[in-house]
This record gives sequence, structure tokens and C-alpha cells, in this order.
Amino acid sequence: MKAVVVENLKYRYPSTERLALSGVSFEVEQGEFIGIIGKNLAGKSTLCEALVGLVPHFYKGAYGGRVVVDGVEVLSSSVSELARHIGIVFQNPFTQITAAKLTVYEEVAFGLENLGFQREEMVKRIDYALKLLGLYAYKDRNPFELSGGQMQRLAIASIIAMKPSIIVLDEPTSQLDPLGSEEVFRAVQSLSKEGITIIMVEQKMEKIAQYADKIILMNEGHLVDFGAPEEVFSRPDLESYGVEPPVFTTIAKSLGIKDNKTGLYPVTLEQVRRLMIGESHRS
Amino acid sequence: MNLIEVNNVSFAYTEGVPVLKNVTFSLNNGSVAIIGQNGSGKTTLVKLLKALLKPTSGDILINGINTKETTAAKLARTVGLVFQNPNDQIFKNKVLDEVMFGPLNIGQSMEEARENAINALETVSLVDKKEENPYDLSLSERKLVSIASILSMDTDIVILDEPTIAQDYLGKAKIRSIVHELVRRGKLVITITHDMDFVGECFQRVIVLSEGQLLLDGPAREVFSKEDVLRTANLEPPYVTQLSKTMGYQGVLLSVEEFVVYYHSSVENLERRS
Repeated sequence: MKAVVVENLKYRYPSTERLALSGVSFEVEQGEFIGIIGKNLAGKSTLCEALVGLVPHFYKGAYGGRVVVDGVEVLSSSVSELARHIGIVFQNPFTQITAAKLTVYEEVAFGLENLGFQREEMVKRIDYALKLLGLYAYKDRNPFELSGGQMQRLAIASIIAMKPSIIVLDEPTSQLDPLGSEEVFRAVQSLSKEGITIIMVEQKMEKIAQYADKIILMNEGHLVDFGAPEEVFSRPDLESYGVEPPVFTTIAKSLGIKDNKTGLYPVTLEQVRRLMIGESHRS
Repeated sequence: MNLIEVNNVSFAYTEGVPVLKNVTFSLNNGSVAIIGQNGSGKTTLVKLLKALLKPTSGDILINGINTKETTAAKLARTVGLVFQNPNDQIFKNKVLDEVMFGPLNIGQSMEEARENAINALETVSLVDKKEENPYDLSLSERKLVSIASILSMDTDIVILDEPTIAQDYLGKAKIRSIVHELVRRGKLVITITHDMDFVGECFQRVIVLSEGQLLLDGPAREVFSKEDVLRTANLEPPYVTQLSKTMGYQGVLLSVEEFVVYYHSSVENLERRS
């Protein structure tokens, strides 16, 4: 069974003219790590909301096509039913914090309480998630007294604790320091290796190129491309979609350094380093 | 007299838990990036510069005026601060009203405020959304509205708290050109950010905070040469700098252009030698 199936998805927000999503189709295997890139307003966040059912159930509007996550059809299920299969970390962590709980620990418990877990299992999962995100020392703090970056990690921890089959993350590291965001990428990668399917919107191209198995390129509500990072970032028309490749690819493009076997440009530091060393040996 | 003087400043939200410890530096015009790990005190520091908070000990002088003896409202003509979360800043239900609010509040006439607001919205490419409700816009657009609301006040000091959050390539390019333009006009631009390549390309001076203390302060090239010290503060040099280091290149390269120039000159050297 595919983890995610999206078939000809079309969506328009209420009282708007333009389609926010226009004929989007793709399939994701279980345990894959998918990156979504594209300029602002390309439809990235709307696509995330369509996977978890907030589109159309919360936002209403006009909807066509089909989305199936973890074998469940989104249109015919409720958001709370879908929450057992798929979780979302919102773009703005301030939106995610419930404000119903007074401590970081209880905030992470919130989702688990709603899913009706036993106390013992809850404690195990909360401890695991808080430690994974480096927040255990802050467990008794009020969520609103955390810094922006800490709050962002709390939002991620509260979804990871619920262990859904699929996790959607909308720019989850935008407010994190470099090593903090590296930690989040590694944590998310290890979840994907455990079989959890990851779908992540990201503007940090260097990171998404390094960690994602495949990349979806969105533009004006359309899916432009869906392929390996090297394929998508080697596109000569990339900048016309308002996307800059990883800085390593930009350097390789301006120096004409390609992988001769695939004809594609490198996307990570390691790849460009290897190709450049090969280059200097030849000359 | 320096535009900003920070003398031995400490600050604690709760007694006994200092967030900033004995921080000292001074700033004049130009561009400065403040970097540091999450929770290192960056946002607290800029709130102190704006007099939203007052030092627990030590003094901050803005244009020679001690922030303890003035108010954030009085400083509003001199210091503009763009909040990290635009939702904390935006409160009007029309974009144009939001961007005109600051100028009107510091005594500009209706016409003046309107003109400055339209100019600021042009700078962030949002003039065509001036009649819309900011909350109908995306997060990235709201961030640009919050930047425009400060630009319209034309303050000598502009502080941006993580301006590139949620911005794509074009949004980032826009913010880069705003910083350059402000510097050209003789302003002081202070930016908090986690995007090291943005810092390398765009900022002359870098201040590094770590656990409430000033860890490094100097030209970007010098600060990014200290990779080991940066790592202790959860930071790393820009990707370009990392690549040039792995390749064994001399010096600290901060941008793609610098890298490409270095590469070509090293290839020429090799050819001349062989």
C-alpha cells in the first residue's frame, strides 16, 4: 500500500478566484522522505493542509480529485480520524501550541490524551519526544515562555509523540540555529528509516537536498517536477520558478562541474567536493 | 558619540536566571548581524535596544540617551524593531493602515505618512495588496508587511528579528536589497538571523552571542574564520566557507562569486606552473 496517493487534486479557497492547487498528482511510498519546494504562494502549505484534511474540512472551498493517506480517503473522513494516521507541524509554531496547557510536558501530552493512550505509554512517548528534540530540561516551563526556536521544537515533539504513520512538516526549522536544525533533520531522517513517511516543506535547499529521497517542485498550484534532488536542482529553468538551488549546485553550475555518468549537477558539499577533486586530477 | 552604546549590560526575566551577562559593544552606521544559538539572548538584546526592556544592570545609550531614562514610545523616532513573529506586531485590518500607523504616531502628517507607507510597500512589492486585511495574507507576506511598517517610519536604526523566516529566494533577495539600501543611506541595520550564507553575503560586522555572553565581535570574514568557536555556540560558517575550507583554499570565502573567482585563479596558477 502506498503511504500517500494524490490524484488530480484541485482546490480553491472560499471567496477566491484562483486555484490554490491545480491538478496535482503524485504517490509516496511508505518510509520515503519527500521535500516540497517552491516560491511563496506556490501551494506548498495548502498541499500540506490537504494531506491532513484541513483542506477541505476546516477551510471549506471547492475541492476536486482524491487524496488517500495511509489507506484512508481524506474527503470522506474527519480531521480527528485522520489525526491517527497523519500529523502536521505548522509553519508558525505559535499556531500549534494549544494554550490549554501550562507546561511543555503537558503540551506534548495533549495529542496523546485526545487519542486516549494509557498513562504509562504517554509518559514513555513524551520522554522520548522531549529528549529527541533536546527539550527535556524545559519540561516544566510554560510553552509561551520558550524562545521561538524552542517553541518550534516543541511543536515537532508534540507530533512525533503521537507516532503517526505520516508526518507533514511545514518549514519546521525556520527559527532554529544551524546545529539545532541539523539535529531536527537527523531526527526526522531516523523516523523515516523506522518506516514513518516524511513530507517536509523547506526553504533551506542545502539541507533538503542532503536529506530528502525525492523533491516535489510546486509552482502556482501546479506540481512541476517530482524526482531525485539532483534531477530537480539540475533543471536549467529552476530560477523561473523562484527557486534557488543549493549553493553547492550554484557553484557547480557556474564552474560547469557535472557528474559525467548522470549528466546532473551535485547538490551536497560531499558530492561537489568529490567532483572537484576528480576535476583537478584530470587537469 | 556612538549611535548605540551597550555598557556592561546584564538582564534577567526572573531573578537569579540571567539571560544576558555583562555585554559590552558599540555600534554606528552599517550592517550588523547578531547570531547565536536558540535561547542565547538575541531577541532579548534587541528588545533592550528598543527600550521595551530595561537592563537589570549596566546601561544602554541610544544617541547618548540612556534607555532607563526614556520610553520605547519616545525612542520610536530613532529605533524601529521588526518583530520575529509578524502576528505579534500587526493589529490593523488593512495593510495600508498598518504601515501608516507608525509614521502617524511619530507625528507625520496624513499625506506624509501615506507617501512613506506607499514607498515602503513598494520596497517590499506589496502595494497591490494595500487594501487587504493582513490576516488574509500568507505568513511570508505578513512578515514583509511588518518590515514595511518599520521602513515607513524612516528611523536611523532598523532592527530586523529573523527577517528571512518563511521567505523564498525572491523574498530573501528583496530583504538583501533593503539592507544594502538602508546602509547606503547611512542607517544602522541590525539583524538577527540563523542563515549564515545570508550573513556572509550581506553583513559587514557579526556579533555572536552564546549563553547570554558576547562570544565574538568583528568583521564577518574574521568571525567566520573561527569555526571551532562557532561550533561551541551551535553555529557554523556559511556553506560556501565550509566548501572552500574542505577544498583547502586559502582565506575565508563568503560568497559564490568569491569562490568562483578563487577557483579560476587557482586553475590559472596550476596551468602556469605546468
